[in-house]
Amino acid sequence: MTTVEKPHYKVLGTRPIRHDGLDKVLGRAVYGADIKLAGLSIGAVLRSPHAHARIQSIDASAALALPGVYAVVTGADMPIADDELIDMTEEIVNARFASMRIIAHEKALFKGQPVAAVAAVDLNTAQEACRRIKVDYEPLPAVFTVEEAMAADAPIIHEHLVGTHVGEKVPHTNVAEHTQHVLGDPDAAMAKAEVTVEGEFRLARVHQGYIEPQNATAMWYRDGKATVWTSTQGSFPARNAISSVLRMPVSAIKVVPLEIGGGFGGKINIYLEPLAVLLSKKAGRPVKVVMDRRSVFEATGPGPGGVVRMKLGADKAGNLVAGTVDIRFAAGAFPGSSISAASTCVFASYRFPTARIDAYDVVTNLTKTAAYRAPGSPQATFATESLMDELAHKLGVDPVALRLQNASKEGDRRPDGIVFPRIGNVEVLEAVRDSDHYRTPLDRAGAAPGHKRGRGVATGYWQGVGNKSTVTLAVNNDGTVALIEGNTDIGGTRASIAMQAAEVLGIPALDVHPTVVDTDSVGYTDLTAGSRTTYATGAAAVKAAEQVVAELKRRAAIMWEVEATDVDFAGGVFTNKKAKDTKLTFKQVCARLDRTGGHVATTGVVNLRGSGGGSFATHVVDVDVDTETGKVEVIRYTAAQDAGTAVHPSYVEGQMAGGAVQGIGWALNEEYYLGPDGSVQNASFLDYRMPTMLDTPNIETLIVEVPNTMHPFGVRGIGESGIVPPQPAIANAMRAALGIRFPELPIKPGRILEALDAQGA
Amino acid sequence: MARVFLPVPLRALAGGASTAEAPGATLGALIATLEERYPGMAEALVDPADPGRVRLGMVAFVDSEQADLGLLTPIGPDAEVHFLPHIAGG
Repeated sequence: MTTVEKPHYKVLGTRPIRHDGLDKVLGRAVYGADIKLAGLSIGAVLRSPHAHARIQSIDASAALALPGVYAVVTGADMPIADDELIDMTEEIVNARFASMRIIAHEKALFKGQPVAAVAAVDLNTAQEACRRIKVDYEPLPAVFTVEEAMAADAPIIHEHLVGTHVGEKVPHTNVAEHTQHVLGDPDAAMAKAEVTVEGEFRLARVHQGYIEPQNATAMWYRDGKATVWTSTQGSFPARNAISSVLRMPVSAIKVVPLEIGGGFGGKINIYLEPLAVLLSKKAGRPVKVVMDRRSVFEATGPGPGGVVRMKLGADKAGNLVAGTVDIRFAAGAFPGSSISAASTCVFASYRFPTARIDAYDVVTNLTKTAAYRAPGSPQATFATESLMDELAHKLGVDPVALRLQNASKEGDRRPDGIVFPRIGNVEVLEAVRDSDHYRTPLDRAGAAPGHKRGRGVATGYWQGVGNKSTVTLAVNNDGTVALIEGNTDIGGTRASIAMQAAEVLGIPALDVHPTVVDTDSVGYTDLTAGSRTTYATGAAAVKAAEQVVAELKRRAAIMWEVEATDVDFAGGVFTNKKAKDTKLTFKQVCARLDRTGGHVATTGVVNLRGSGGGSFATHVVDVDVDTETGKVEVIRYTAAQDAGTAVHPSYVEGQMAGGAVQGIGWALNEEYYLGPDGSVQNASFLDYRMPTMLDTPNIETLIVEVPNTMHPFGVRGIGESGIVPPQPAIANAMRAALGIRFPELPIKPGRILEALDAQGA
Repeated sequence: MARVFLPVPLRALAGGASTAEAPGATLGALIATLEERYPGMAEALVDPADPGRVRLGMVAFVDSEQADLGLLTPIGPDAEVHFLPHIAGG
């Protein structure tokens, strides 16, 4: 579905097979656990059994005495880094906290935190050596929720942490940061509002659901350099982080990104890489470390949970006049939950004349949280969209009409001050309003006895980012083109980047051969994250391809003995403007490269100053609730989203459906279920209940295309906003089915039955 | 003159004002003007380790687009300037 006129493209909008498809389905693609090197040793990590404990001593002598053990490292081998900030593209990480997270020093701050690591001849020996390391702990009181951590008598997790509370420096606190955005006078506007809705919403921490565990293989060389093979969303940001925590120059580290078995934000931070480097340095041989699943759950970063309190005010006609929100995320043991992005997104879907956004980043004794697809937006938007639904009920209006009436559009100012460029929020809502799903009445009468049905809608936003990317193209004399890039391929980005180069070059997508290379083999490239890869690295590919076209025009001009300005290029064909019948195809010019000056290679470098407004998504969902068991079945689901220009529609649909399915799991089942000691009680994919194909219907997709003015082809990043609407859309459908507002996720059967009991009472 | 939207933590330096009109051909010149008027602004906005850019953890936006040339980013006569926290993506 196209809502804005766009050029006719030859390659964009088609659905070629993916370049890496055969390697993936035939098992030839190389993942981290597949790495084999001469003399490879295997690493294991000893982790803290306590959520908060002072480490009195570590005795590794028995481990080192075990035959087959090559090396043991502890916090003493990796001193706490200086208080400097690491540029991880979108995220700024404090090197001090990163080094403390990677291995414990004076204190263990969460259960599962590495305390020591071993390299040995095989995994069994390494694990046995870990068991022989004696650690003397002094357990300390721990806190796991924002309420516990913010209580007046809470134990302080970091004695030296100085919080920043709206600019004020505050010592002796677990609140690392309190930020605030204020637009206009929300208190005065709220006081005059004719209709208000408010609520408190609670969220559990949730796993990104990537299947492949974190892993790292490292080889330390005697010249002080190191190579690291790893599963990462960003080889260059990983290199920055390793450099900071190990105090090595970036030029001494080569990071080789391997195929990735999912990330969704969970593979931005480094975990095992520095330990593998240190073990290799001590062992004098390469070391491979692969996490087990429990460690993935207990010691890597899930999306944060927390509490969101919100109030919305409107006039009788349904125009929003004010919004206030208090967002408190439990960051885990180190600062850095997603409060800034949550603040940006929480009110972005609507035109708020006045607003106040307070956000708190609170440290707790759990593993530090990380980005998870549109980080912070789903948690905060759960409150916004639940209350927009309540507002529609209160006003007695259609929920899509209310959203359309207040929808943000070009020229509107977000509460953080930024003015929207051309965006597709309205067009997405109109697509849902006009969809077959929304226009077809819900078959409530078709529900089985004891079942009730409801329909819900919700909108979500992710702003995306631009930043730095590099693409190198090398033209082959058979008319194909090698494309070298530095972004880990998540979700088909090799194909989506190659297609943009192919569009410029006027050749088939499969004639462009993309390869993802290491940090020594391509220019700086930021993360595969933030919905930036197809957008920003695609723009770099376009730039490189335009240089190829310019050079090949010059080559054609040499052959025709005319000026390069006398050569036209369109659709893969060069035309001599001075002799219109004289044409050469892209392949024909490439075949004559050696006769016209030699080979052609170009590099496109971009540093994009934003995303062009980001992407909006609106979802509509029908649910069927069994009131006896509390089981919820999603019986129909439609997702609409603005893709700007859909480069490969199948992959856009895949991102939309994937976001919807992850959101369905987040809404109905998924949570880190914690024991009283902070241990994760469901640290496996048998017990951490993600939806399968049996739990979800076909996700119907509506691609809306409102071209992005910041991209040469109008492309928008589309990887993340699709996970924002499902949770409130399902909560709103539950409200419609049962007349009950569920303000806490997940809306699991026990919670539903309790609410039904309370309703009956 | 450019219109600077002051982040909430810096408004106390400006007597509670949420915006300030200030001249300056570049972001650096603009911050220097703000510093003259509201002492403490430069310390709050400029990276002490690299005075050519804004503090890490903060992003400057000029006319709603990221300032990619640090303090050398040109400022138009009617520009809007924002200073916002970094955003993390997934």
